[in-house]
Amino acid sequence: MTTALAHVPPLIAADNNLTTSSTPRAADPGAPRRVRLSVNGHDYDLMLEPRVTLLDALREYIGLAGTKKGCDRGQCGACTVLVDDRRINSCLALAVAHEGHRIRTIEGLGDAAELHPMQAAFIEHDGFQCGYCTPGQICSAVGMLSEARADTVSAATADVRRRGPVELTDAEIRERMSGNLCRCGAYVGIVAAVRDAASRMK
Amino acid sequence: MRAFDYVRAARIDDAIAALADPDTRCLAGGTNLLDLMKGYVEQPARLVDITRLPLADVQLLPDGGMRIGALAANSDLANDRNVRERYPLLSQALVSGASPQLRNMATVGGNLLQRTRCHYFTDVAFDACNKRRPGSGCAAREGPNRIHAILGASEQCIAVHPSDMCVALAALDGVVETRSRSGVRRIPMSEFHRLPGTTPERDTELRHDELIVAVTLPPSPFAAHSRYLKVRDRASYEFALVSVAAALDLTGDRVRDARIVLGGVAHRPWRARSAEQALVGRPLDDAAVAAAAAAATEGARPYRDNAFKVTLAQRAVARALREAAST
Repeated sequence: MTTALAHVPPLIAADNNLTTSSTPRAADPGAPRRVRLSVNGHDYDLMLEPRVTLLDALREYIGLAGTKKGCDRGQCGACTVLVDDRRINSCLALAVAHEGHRIRTIEGLGDAAELHPMQAAFIEHDGFQCGYCTPGQICSAVGMLSEARADTVSAATADVRRRGPVELTDAEIRERMSGNLCRCGAYVGIVAAVRDAASRMK
Repeated sequence: MRAFDYVRAARIDDAIAALADPDTRCLAGGTNLLDLMKGYVEQPARLVDITRLPLADVQLLPDGGMRIGALAANSDLANDRNVRERYPLLSQALVSGASPQLRNMATVGGNLLQRTRCHYFTDVAFDACNKRRPGSGCAAREGPNRIHAILGASEQCIAVHPSDMCVALAALDGVVETRSRSGVRRIPMSEFHRLPGTTPERDTELRHDELIVAVTLPPSPFAAHSRYLKVRDRASYEFALVSVAAALDLTGDRVRDARIVLGGVAHRPWRARSAEQALVGRPLDDAAVAAAAAAATEGARPYRDNAFKVTLAQRAVARALREAAST
């Protein structure tokens, strides 16, 4: 499916007044250009300025508001999405740089009729309070389980030279999920949800 | 974020050609550059996206060393089979930095070029920052400076280099390989990052027209006994107050060779050569460890809020050495 968006909202009307550089510019090199993104199996044909982040493209231009903007500076993980099955912070990615990649957001994992096992586990174990960090937590947890299945190491791994299956202890889950902050402090439920989903998704 | 032009390099030579323009910057993982652009600290007129270039390979060399492509993701490098077996120190350092999401994005070349997290540099509300605005002063010298340098700083700048990876690469005698229109250049890690001196705006010896293409590592005698120890304000996802890359080549109970490099204390990874010398040829007993720990902070000059780093660094060196020996 190709969705051509007729109305592209301006992201920022004018440069911040801190901008003082006198660099001469070509005729508006930062102007919107055609960007094609593949999100949750759908192709989107967009007109975006190069400075539009993947996060803003998802939320403001495609209309997928499940991915959340927390800090917008790579410090909280609320914007976590999966790109070619790897979890990244979409706030520190340019949309234009992700043409040709498979982007998956919380909307692509499951819906109310058919929840992803990780979504079901978060509900069952109260892995949230306000819910704002939850889409990022869930996308991150899904990416984390793929990484663990690939026998990756973490800072909680005792000996990186030893190979073999990762044992997802609570310490490993906490370290591997440390890129997602929860200001409500629902970590006990989050760890329980991830532990449970990991055993169900084996 | 200020508007900018974006081009995608299809070939290495395209990227090098684009870098002839001093207002063009390379975009790789983007985790540091885009963050700084959002804060108006960096304001390039054009980004050249180098992520599609074939520079992500991590190869074992015939001599037992390794060649690490500049675009290898931090997470991929940490998990590379040969890195885990032969350079566990590097793997440990990589997974102690940032978050899993950021490590999936961030590249080796970008990590080498990480800029300081000094609050006065990253926040343009502060007028005085010689690194951001040469000649404007250094707000950190008089302001809260708990996270700042204790070694190698200058009147002009007391910022520290934030990387964990670079501390390990310095301990492993890495060499940065660059390409430009004038050819290939190989810069040892010990010379790649600069001390601030009177030109803190220059973090590294990289010229603007150069592209980092790889880091090479010689075969390492330290695989059996090494430890990256990072001390920080929270358990994860935080920069180091002090970190130590300790690597030992032991024969029997004696130290044949050693590397001790500190992070979080200086404008570059701080190789403590006199601490290494305090160990070589001796058994790794309590006296040797104490001598090395004391030597590691020789010449330290703390500021108002960071005297604790001197003691912390010494204790971290001692603990890292003991843990390296017992692995």
